Amino acid sequence: MAAEPPLSFQDLILELHAYWSAKGCVILQPYDLEVGAGTLHPGTVLRALGPKPWRAAYVQPSRRPSDGRYGENPNRLRSFHQYQVILKPNPPDMQELYLGSLAAVGIDPRKHDIRFVEDDWENPTVGAWGLGWEVWCDGMEISQYTYFQQVGGLDVSPVSGELTYGLERLALYVQGVDSVYDLAFNDPQSPDFKTYGDVFLESEREFSAFEQEAADVAMLQRHFEDMEAAVPRLLAARGRQGQPLVLPAFDYVLKASHLFNLLDARGAIAVAARQSYIGRIRDLCRACAEAWVALEGAA
Amino acid sequence: MAQYLLEILSEEIPARMQAAAARDLARLAGEGLKAAGLPFSEISTFAGSRRLTLVVEGLPLRQEDRAEERRGPRIGAPEAAIEGFLRSTGVAREDLEARDGVWFAILRHQGRPTGDILGELAASLIARFPWPKSMTSGLGSLRWVRPIRSLISLFDGQVAPFEIEGLAAGALTAGHRFMGSAGPFDVRDFADYRAGLEEHFVVLDAGDRKQRILTGARALVAARGLELVEDPGLLDEVAGMVEWPTPILGDMDPAFLDLPPEVARTVMRVHQRYFAVRRAGEPGLAPHFLCVANIDAADGGALIAAGNGRVLSARLGDARFFWDEDRKVPLAARLERLEGVMFHARLGSMRARADRISAAARLIAGRIGADPEAAALAGRLAKADLASGLVGEFPELQGVMGGYYARHEGLAADVAQAISEHYRPQGPSDVTPRAPLAICVALADKLDSLISFFAIGEAPTGSRDPFALRRAALGVIRIILENGLRLPLSALLAEIAGRAPPDGLVAFFADRLKVALRDAGGRADLADAVFALGDDDLVRIIARIDALAAFLASEDGVNLLAGFKRASNSLAAEAKKGPLPDGAPISVAAPPEQAALFDAWRLCVPAVAAALAAEDFNAAMEALSRLRAPVDAFFEKVLVNSEVAEERTHRLRLLTAVRSVMLSVADFGLVTG
Repeated sequence: MAAEPPLSFQDLILELHAYWSAKGCVILQPYDLEVGAGTLHPGTVLRALGPKPWRAAYVQPSRRPSDGRYGENPNRLRSFHQYQVILKPNPPDMQELYLGSLAAVGIDPRKHDIRFVEDDWENPTVGAWGLGWEVWCDGMEISQYTYFQQVGGLDVSPVSGELTYGLERLALYVQGVDSVYDLAFNDPQSPDFKTYGDVFLESEREFSAFEQEAADVAMLQRHFEDMEAAVPRLLAARGRQGQPLVLPAFDYVLKASHLFNLLDARGAIAVAARQSYIGRIRDLCRACAEAWVALEGAA
Repeated sequence: MAQYLLEILSEEIPARMQAAAARDLARLAGEGLKAAGLPFSEISTFAGSRRLTLVVEGLPLRQEDRAEERRGPRIGAPEAAIEGFLRSTGVAREDLEARDGVWFAILRHQGRPTGDILGELAASLIARFPWPKSMTSGLGSLRWVRPIRSLISLFDGQVAPFEIEGLAAGALTAGHRFMGSAGPFDVRDFADYRAGLEEHFVVLDAGDRKQRILTGARALVAARGLELVEDPGLLDEVAGMVEWPTPILGDMDPAFLDLPPEVARTVMRVHQRYFAVRRAGEPGLAPHFLCVANIDAADGGALIAAGNGRVLSARLGDARFFWDEDRKVPLAARLERLEGVMFHARLGSMRARADRISAAARLIAGRIGADPEAAALAGRLAKADLASGLVGEFPELQGVMGGYYARHEGLAADVAQAISEHYRPQGPSDVTPRAPLAICVALADKLDSLISFFAIGEAPTGSRDPFALRRAALGVIRIILENGLRLPLSALLAEIAGRAPPDGLVAFFADRLKVALRDAGGRADLADAVFALGDDDLVRIIARIDALAAFLASEDGVNLLAGFKRASNSLAAEAKKGPLPDGAPISVAAPPEQAALFDAWRLCVPAVAAALAAEDFNAAMEALSRLRAPVDAFFEKVLVNSEVAEERTHRLRLLTAVRSVMLSVADFGLVTG
């Protein structure tokens, strides 16, 4: 690792794209809505349902309004980047494929201590859970590795394997840097070198204040109700081929989910009301999941 | 005699499930072999991060032939019944045996080769293995803890074949994921397997892995004049996470030594699975940590140590952020945030609970001579740290952090200590609070839980105890006993609840005390014998049980118990004939044995009463023991059921009185041992 200069943040992404593309994945773009995790991209949540094989990889900017630290904490961000891979059905050598991807970004498992540590993943708002691990590199969690068992409250078969790399964490490790804002975003030798801070620090500062202080609670609540009402209406509507409008409906689930996160960050969700909000989003997601499975089965 | 070897190689098995998996594998294999009629001399199992292994020694090469007899219809039964019996057994009519008026079919089973049976046994054992959490993978439907990668099934040097979802068992396994050749290798038998694994950087036995970790870690720290903070639970876990355990000593940024040591230890243990390190013979932590890697890296682990050190710094940096922020807000101000934290849907907020704990602590303080105002303050603030950032991030530190924050804001040291210790004892190895205020709050916390949950009908049932009420009750018992507190339970519960204690709660305590006594090797029947008296002062109950146990261990005790039972039986037999005579016994001149027993009884009554009043239970037992010889002599010489009605009446009155004085000390009728 010492001989080669470490990968910049964007080269890390490009290496992973090249690696997973060569393994047969479609390389998707980030979903163009605000989401809390790469899993929520319809390329994972919906495609994990139903019988059809699917391999995809993409970067997903992930917004966690409650984690905002106004750009002042070197390890915590309100918006970070997940590199998401889904392999359906999970191939028998998926662990080896994953380890190959680490080697591709410069992590040699004969020099670093790579471990698969029990961590059973769950996302209650989309009714999804699976068994797997967090993957540690020298004690740092660099990925989440999950075999989905349920999505949208429905049992899945075939089972998908999901890999989620925390790109900032991985880059911190690969570049040996202590603050995320000091990461080399592009090649340090390039004529216009930029750090991660150059690209995102202002956004962290402004959005932390927005999400935790300035967002209009009454408006967010109103919007949440609107999004919630839209989902059943779109699932009842029909497209030209007679199908329910599952994908548009799912967009509204994602919007509702993000509005919930914003309300939470504003401290506007009473502890007692929390479960009820999560349950409402989960029900919406389940309705979409059922409609999607029916559609996939019919096709 | 031959050996069977089964290895199930899978993706990483959670460490916490491995010990139980090894036990379940041994149990299921033993049951299966027994059911198949295959004797064996020994079963051993091994569990680690990637493999479960079974070895059975001393198996026969073939199953024994065996005959099975099936009972059929009686002779002369309708033809259809006999036909049906022949069809179901597959036996010809001329082969039926007639006995006792019934047809019998003898089914002869030829013993099968053991290898065939073992293959089937292994497949069925895998299919119904009781993992606490299991999954399916890919297109398959087999449930296992994580995907299975390969199977060894070797009997007497040959593959005992079976297949699971297209995966055939064979004689191949793989070594360490990253060290050595990484390719699969061939195995002949268990000795070869174990040696092959070692050669391929896998330590099979969890005990060996633990030993290597301990030996290596102790040597590493000793070389730097340091000492390992030993932690058997962590050692078990870490040994389940690595195949080639390699202890590495890393450095922690000394700047973090000003954090409470509990914070650093929690980060190390819970989040990173590091052992903490201290200077030999000194309290507090040294700025180092010991982690256990799964590889022996060429650089001696320098990169790994540095990486782990960075992670620890990041975690501790986060903790410091919360520590600094938390100390800006006094606990009393945090209390208001507990209004929004639900304790239980039917029991209100944590804020309401804090008020209840405060009131209960004040009451207890009044009873044990502690300062009621200070107890009320500590009780009210005990839960405030639940709203702090650090406890939000590290829930294990609840209570302890509250204590730090209380000290920081200048509250009295005993108040801070009471907040810090109020969750104690948290397990059998945890100590109980000893300081008066700490006792008040620790008791108040547990008693409030017990009273509240019993009042809404949430008492534990069977294995369900979602609110850990058994542990709470045991905590109360331990605090009371270990501090010798004279707190009659029923009255205390009623006072705290403000009304009669909820149904079943006092009995629940009695039950917990019995379990605690039994766990400590005591006799549950003696507890019953003492509880029957209706006392609820735990300290007195235990003193009485101890005295009773000592008495019953003596010859006098054993004989007097026999005498008591004889008297009870006589009285019960006589009671069937009609009501027993009431009234006090009177002195008689003859027979001498009856006169002697009367005299002994008359002396015994005041002696027992005085001893009980002084709570000197050994003296009470001693007084009873003087009844033993006269009771024995009485039963030997005197006929209770005399034909002379007056004699019978006197004798029955005397026995009733003797029984009654014994019952004032303990219910000897409930002593079974």
